Amino acid sequence: MAIEVRIPTILRSYTGGAKVVEGAGDTLGDLLTDLDTRHAGLKARLVTDAGVLHRFVNVYVNDEDVRFLGALDAKLNDGDSVTVLPAVAGGAFGFAAAAAISQHRATTAAVAARRAAVAPR
Amino acid sequence: MLSIDRSIVEAIVAHARRDHPDEACGVVAGPVGGDTPTRHIPMDNAARSMTFYEFDSMEHLRVWREMDDRDEEPVVIYHSHTATEAYPSRTDVAFAGEPGAHYLLVSTREPDTEEIRSFRIIDGVVTEEPVRIVDAGVDPHAVQSYMFGQSPATVDYECSGS
Repeated sequence: MAIEVRIPTILRSYTGGAKVVEGAGDTLGDLLTDLDTRHAGLKARLVTDAGVLHRFVNVYVNDEDVRFLGALDAKLNDGDSVTVLPAVAGGAFGFAAAAAISQHRATTAAVAARRAAVAPR
Repeated sequence: MLSIDRSIVEAIVAHARRDHPDEACGVVAGPVGGDTPTRHIPMDNAARSMTFYEFDSMEHLRVWREMDDRDEEPVVIYHSHTATEAYPSRTDVAFAGEPGAHYLLVSTREPDTEEIRSFRIIDGVVTEEPVRIVDAGVDPHAVQSYMFGQSPATVDYECSGS
């Protein structure tokens, strides 16, 4: 089952520069797991350690925001198009948000380190 | 350096004034690879906050698709700070997700003057760049270059047109 996935500029380091990649899966979660086998690290940029989509990454199936389709459980069909866009956000005093992000980055790094230690490739 | 048409800067400032004291945000699209902002797209601030902005996710998708269809890219991503200087906050840096864009900040904290500054934000590193405001239809050699409230070290005093 082929699903087209559009990758934003900032994540193309995981796809060898490719703007569009293909993957397979019955749900968005399955698709991201499949993509991660060929584009290692991509999933960790989209899904938190707790197993939910990052707050400040937008993922769409066709024309719908997956938050309204069940997030990682969103069902996918052959021929669907998935688009990933980093949220455009910021502002003068969002220190709590900034702290959450840096906390998340630390978590992601820790998870990556743990994975590398458990399953060296 | 960011070169941007005066009419676009005026539209951005008008948008920032209109939404003050909430933060305003938007995009200026331009042809891919051209580094020239040509089409101003004011966006909704879904956060409707004085200290935070976030594009509405559906509007974001629609506008990014439209740019794709027109062979455009987000040359400028702008937002306003309504009580502080036009310099990227830690939040701005943490969220900056378009490494190819000029991040334009407008401060509307002063009622009569605007501070307009532009930055590259790549991998958490902020680099300020000069802003050159271009008058459309004017001989490029006669272009006047200046910035509102810019630090003098980066003002293009040469008016060189380059």
